[in-house]
Amino acid sequence: MLAYILRSLTQATLVMLAVAFIAFSMFRYVGDPVASIVGQDATLKDRQELTESLGLNDPFPLQFVRFLGNALQGDFGISYRQGRPVAELLIERLPATIELAVISAAVALGLGLILGIYAALNRRGVIANIVMSLSLIGVSLPTFLIGIGLIFLFSVYLRWLPSFGRGEVVAFGWWTTGLLTDSGRKSLIMPVITLGFFQLTLIMRLVRAEMLEVMRTEYIKFARARGLSDGSVHFRHALRNAMVPVITITGLQLGSIIAFAIVTETVFNWPGLGALFVRSVEVVDIPVMAAYLMFVGLVFVVVNLIVDVLYFLVDPRLRGGITVPSR
Amino acid sequence: MLSKRRLLSFAAGVALVAGASFGAAPASAQQTLRWAFQGNLNTLDPYGINETTTLGLQGNVYEGLTKRGKDLKIIPGLAERWEVLDNGLRWRFYLRKGVKFHNGNDFNADDVVFSAQRVVANNSQLTSRLSGGPEFVKVDDFTVDVKLKSPNPILHYAWDTWYIMDKEWTEANNAQIPPAPQATTPGFATINANGTGPFRITEHQLGVRTVFEKNANWWGKPEHNLDRVIFTPITSAPTRVAALLSGEVDVIDPVPLQDVPRINASANARVLEGPEVRTIYLSFDQMRPELTASSVKGKNPFKDVRVRKAFYQAVDIEAIRRQVMRGAAVPAASLISPLFFPQIEQIKRHPFDLAAANKLMDEAGYPRTGADNIRFEVDLDCPNDRYVNDGPICQAVTAMLARIGVKINLQAVPRAAFFAKINSPIYNTPFYLLGWTPGTGDAHNVLIDLMHTRTADGSGGRGQFNNGGYSNARVDALTSQVLVEIDTAKRDAMILEAFTILHNEVGYIPLHQQALAWGVAKSVELTQRADNQPLFYWVQKK
Repeated sequence: MLAYILRSLTQATLVMLAVAFIAFSMFRYVGDPVASIVGQDATLKDRQELTESLGLNDPFPLQFVRFLGNALQGDFGISYRQGRPVAELLIERLPATIELAVISAAVALGLGLILGIYAALNRRGVIANIVMSLSLIGVSLPTFLIGIGLIFLFSVYLRWLPSFGRGEVVAFGWWTTGLLTDSGRKSLIMPVITLGFFQLTLIMRLVRAEMLEVMRTEYIKFARARGLSDGSVHFRHALRNAMVPVITITGLQLGSIIAFAIVTETVFNWPGLGALFVRSVEVVDIPVMAAYLMFVGLVFVVVNLIVDVLYFLVDPRLRGGITVPSR
Repeated sequence: MLSKRRLLSFAAGVALVAGASFGAAPASAQQTLRWAFQGNLNTLDPYGINETTTLGLQGNVYEGLTKRGKDLKIIPGLAERWEVLDNGLRWRFYLRKGVKFHNGNDFNADDVVFSAQRVVANNSQLTSRLSGGPEFVKVDDFTVDVKLKSPNPILHYAWDTWYIMDKEWTEANNAQIPPAPQATTPGFATINANGTGPFRITEHQLGVRTVFEKNANWWGKPEHNLDRVIFTPITSAPTRVAALLSGEVDVIDPVPLQDVPRINASANARVLEGPEVRTIYLSFDQMRPELTASSVKGKNPFKDVRVRKAFYQAVDIEAIRRQVMRGAAVPAASLISPLFFPQIEQIKRHPFDLAAANKLMDEAGYPRTGADNIRFEVDLDCPNDRYVNDGPICQAVTAMLARIGVKINLQAVPRAAFFAKINSPIYNTPFYLLGWTPGTGDAHNVLIDLMHTRTADGSGGRGQFNNGGYSNARVDALTSQVLVEIDTAKRDAMILEAFTILHNEVGYIPLHQQALAWGVAKSVELTQRADNQPLFYWVQKK
């Protein structure tokens, strides 16, 4: 187990380095940060001085090493545009994104499991078929379209829900939450649906397919032959064995929920990390972009690590596989 | 220990909410204006960035010695009046008495002298407000002399956005100079404000919202009926429109052109359109011996005025106005808006004439050849997120020039990449689209930045944004004379002469002044000034 985790950790470190390198080398092609700092009619001399003082004239490897060195100490520099430490900006925006992502993931996982199991057990039921058809929408419609559609239905036409922002938030130290106020909860509804809808339908279809697969196996027949109750067969035997691929996918999806929050946050003007990133790209705020990409990389790596560990707990077969790695 | 701290912050949080709901309760009696803009208010420091919207927002809080009225005319601000002495070498400003900053400090001559130092200090982005190094001398508490090395009739033209800061407040908070972009701590004045204006900032969450409250002690007579303004940046255009239509905000800026009819058809909002002062234009590299991205080798076709004029006459400006801009543009014949220089109306556009354009290209010696039947190929550099419908304008131009046998390879890129490519020092473009607003509101700015001969890398302070390298000795001479000519009639004649030369030589292809489009709730009456500044102090809300 320990060796397995250590190996995963090494891989994670390599992945993070690669992310940092790719992110950092991309920035040379987004444009000139200086032009967006100083405004259009700055003199050439001003711009050259600024380029020099920001270290943008240094060779690429030197800039990269300096960035890595600082990043290891948790110092991502100062936002070019806002003049504040990047770490501070990210922390300020983090609660909004985490709250949105975690609630979306919870809703997607919870509803996805329930509906998936239901659809698998009542394969020919009318409701199950309606749910399956509707889920096609979730798989095929792009996020921003769902978001805009919801806004026009519930904000512009019906006027039930706010179209943008987080509403009133309550602060606990550096953490902020909208869950404790009425307007905050109302503001969460549409972004959560928009962000979680794809994941919900994906998890639901996956659970259903896996359940159907498992239900056909010999040991389920055997379990029935033993006279076990339906509940025991469905949930103790079938569901548990159907869970391994579901955990993998759900884990990866949690990472992409945070990453894809970019689109949802932009559509709903949600003051989270994704919106901050989009703004930073527009003005070539390289320190913020770099830190954000590192953060997303880290989320994926950590989630994968957790998923790897979860395998052990769910699937006994894997525990035997450690000593003789199949790879 | 930890739990105690948590408890404390919980208490603070609850207090915040209580405060918020307490503030919201009497909202029915109070007037709150909710304003949504596509960009952030990135800094509250009045010398932090030279950009229209930021300066406009700051202008609700801070004030300059001068102001501009609804028609952009210069009117007294913190200076009640001023006079020009010593043949234009000394200006005397008489300051308004009894003015207080928001923190209660008195406004006086020391603040003006201090602000004059700070605005030219290191890291200030507004050093151009005091170009030529004028010297500020305090005469008494409410009189300031400005000594010049040479006469400058437009000294105060951009002073409406040179805001006066409080010397004592700035010094007490260690903000005597604007923070450097690479500084490790934010400047105090970047996140706090203390002006003399009709509104003061009570809350500033960057990228989320900024709250302006009415300054009850303002020196002037308010022309608004607001108690509070909540400014929210909303990036996504459809979200902005939805917020207006659902009544969650009162003003949105800008409105995407395709949404104008829908907003006008709605029950609770309308679109306010007006001419803007920015001119959109095309221009060519007339400087290099050979173009950087073109099929013509060994010579530069744009050095030939016939080619430039052929391009000009091939552009169907009326089609661009009608189809691409959906009517929201005023075709321009020159690089300055008539709102700033009315005499410019005397210059008329060269007419759209395909036959004439084709004939000019033949005469210039670029016949149609090859299987494609084209004369030559050239790149067109264009931003796709900077001006209203900039990408589509360039697509239209590409199609129009195909009709005179020129194949345009369109390079439409985001603004950050675009400006890095086409601006100084590399000017790596054969043909480009750009927009320009004279920051001073005066024609001299256009002459010196866009029309004056430049050096190869744009250094030397002249012609830095003359990216195509247009050059005419007479225009250069006129530019220098206009700077020091005090007689208005003579000065205007010189300006007109320079623009006429440029027009005849087709140094640029002016396209249009784009229109401003704000979405405004029907309960709100406001003044939309042509410089597109979001000004709250002329807003009436029912």
